[in-house]
Amino acid sequence: MEQLALFFALLFLTVLGFILGKGRAVALSGHSDQPLHSRLPYYGLYTALWCGLPSLLIMAGWMIFEPQIAEMLVASQLRDSDASITPDQLTLYINDVVNLASGGILSREPDAALLSAADNYSLFRQISYFAMAVVAIAFSLLALFTSLKKINPALRARNQVEKVVSIIMMISSLIAILTTVGIVFSLIFETLRFFDKVPFFDFLFGTHWSPQTALRSDQVGGSGSFGAIPLFAGTMLITFICMVVAIPVGLLSAIYMSEYAGKKFRAFAKPVLEVLAGIPTVVYGFFAALTVAPFFRESGTLLGLSVSSESALAAGMVMGIMIIPFISSLSDDVMNSVPQSLRDASYAMGATKSETITKVIIPAALPGIVGAVLLAMSRAIGETMIVVMAAGLAANLTANPLEAVTTVTVQIVTLLVGDQEFDSAKTLAAFALGLLLFVVTLVMNVVALKVVRKYREKYD
Amino acid sequence: MSYAMDMQNYTTQSETATSEPKITARDVNVFYGASQALKSIQLDIGANEVTSLIGPSGCGKSTFLRCLNRMNDVIENCTVEGRISLDGVDLYNSGLDPVLLRARVGMVFQKPNPFPKSIFDNIAYGPRLHGTVSNKDELDERVEKSLRRAGLWEEVKDRLDKPGTGLSGGQQQRLCIARAIAINPEVILMDEPCSALDPIATAKIEELIDELRERFTIVIVTHSMQQAARVSQRTAFFHLGELVEVGETDRLFTSPQDDRTQGYITGRFG
Repeated sequence: MEQLALFFALLFLTVLGFILGKGRAVALSGHSDQPLHSRLPYYGLYTALWCGLPSLLIMAGWMIFEPQIAEMLVASQLRDSDASITPDQLTLYINDVVNLASGGILSREPDAALLSAADNYSLFRQISYFAMAVVAIAFSLLALFTSLKKINPALRARNQVEKVVSIIMMISSLIAILTTVGIVFSLIFETLRFFDKVPFFDFLFGTHWSPQTALRSDQVGGSGSFGAIPLFAGTMLITFICMVVAIPVGLLSAIYMSEYAGKKFRAFAKPVLEVLAGIPTVVYGFFAALTVAPFFRESGTLLGLSVSSESALAAGMVMGIMIIPFISSLSDDVMNSVPQSLRDASYAMGATKSETITKVIIPAALPGIVGAVLLAMSRAIGETMIVVMAAGLAANLTANPLEAVTTVTVQIVTLLVGDQEFDSAKTLAAFALGLLLFVVTLVMNVVALKVVRKYREKYD
Repeated sequence: MSYAMDMQNYTTQSETATSEPKITARDVNVFYGASQALKSIQLDIGANEVTSLIGPSGCGKSTFLRCLNRMNDVIENCTVEGRISLDGVDLYNSGLDPVLLRARVGMVFQKPNPFPKSIFDNIAYGPRLHGTVSNKDELDERVEKSLRRAGLWEEVKDRLDKPGTGLSGGQQQRLCIARAIAINPEVILMDEPCSALDPIATAKIEELIDELRERFTIVIVTHSMQQAARVSQRTAFFHLGELVEVGETDRLFTSPQDDRTQGYITGRFG
């Protein structure tokens, strides 16, 4: 709340900075005979940036580090009074102090020591808040005056503003990268803990997946075996079925749309196909579980085959339909971008349309098509919802598409659904699976990007 | 000035000038949608000589060129009227397959457009397509012969497996010429083949055109009147979709009969 007030105060100063800065530039352009370096609003922006940005950064930094400093103070006080305290007790005690100060729930009845510690803590927080407000506003005001003073016709306001803007853009692009790094690290630490409990090679090459572990020593069942092979085999089986459906259908529709279809049909069909990509996967899951899977089961019965009601085939087929637009739309774009001059060259050699497509356009577009297929494949590997609903949860190690299988993503979901304790192998296995899956899809994406980049260099 | 008389004049002249016409065009009108790009063109292309088509941009010379191998078919809402025949066979109304026609009438484009394949595969594209070679040795021989005729063999013989797109602009254009002659066409159409090239590469291509004349009938569209004068035996001047004047190149450049031709070749317009 108080932070919000400070934030608005800084915002006000920033706006003020813009108005004053621009006003100063206007005044200068009226009096000075030397023309201004930049256009007028840039002087306003220059002042505004100086007023706002550093103070906001100070505020942000303060808010990140100040609670930790406060807790460290509490901790050092406590260690002074009781040297024998364990780290766990210390954490609990600090929690109590913080909760008492902010009116939260305590783990025990407050005693005098706790009360005084909480008082100290909230006093420190208040002083610190005032200090922050004073420093931020003082800095903002200082910046306002110095930058107003700096404004003169020779000041390269535009260049400086643009530099700041470009830095902001760079930070924005870094956020995506840092998030990826963060995800990897959060997976790595939990995975390492998992490998403390389960040997690495048992996980990687084990053929039996049964993640139920006994919570107490007298519990029956739940041997807890963590062989990831059935999961990856299931993932690969479903992905394979999915690609068998999606690649031919997607490619043929791409060829039709880019080479044969009239403009009107293309303008209609392409957006409709792309709608397919926008359907939530859960809806596809319904379709797979309620329509496609029973259909397969019944047709299987007619043919004398036993098809389980949840089968890899149903999940794979529906998933294949889901990713058709990825392949068709991207391949269509790639084939469209093959220059007309190459088509002309082929036609002028006496090639028919189909010869031109198979011998010139597809080879020229092949790297792009491969990129599209790889992107679609990593999408299929990561797909969860359809598989949960249509392929089942049984970790069968089988190549028979008519049986129920499960995939890596599905198991991750089932491992983490509900109340969990984060020190059992069962829960930690989810992180190991996640990391492995991440590595697999990352490798595929890198390959896809490489291929796409190679494609870019193809012409000219 | 009587336009009809003028027409009479150069039609008779063209007939006398080309004793054995390879291609004859009569009353050719071409429309792009509603706009008319060519108006009643009468033109003979003589066998084994170079005919150049000159004229300001948008005058219809490229359109006419593309009529000769029906490349205009590819363009939507383009309609061709009149009669164009190759060795007496009507190109448009006799049920002749445009695919077979294009095997007899090759084309080289303004911008070099090699396929993003190896040099060898670029040349082998046509022979493989038409099945005119029966084994690998014949194909090798055909590729070498075509590259030699295009004057490119010495430069690329050690790197036939490298991409054709990696050659220089002039080499790429000669590769495209080699690709066109690999299917043994009777006529080669060239649409400003040197406009993207430097003077040295241009000189090489012009020299090549002169050599190719012995075996092929060549029609070349060019913006450079010097080039037309250097390489062609006959020149046709197009203006605003009309064929204004046609005749022996030397005669047309030294004593043009039409004021518009006079104006164009002396640089007064265009």
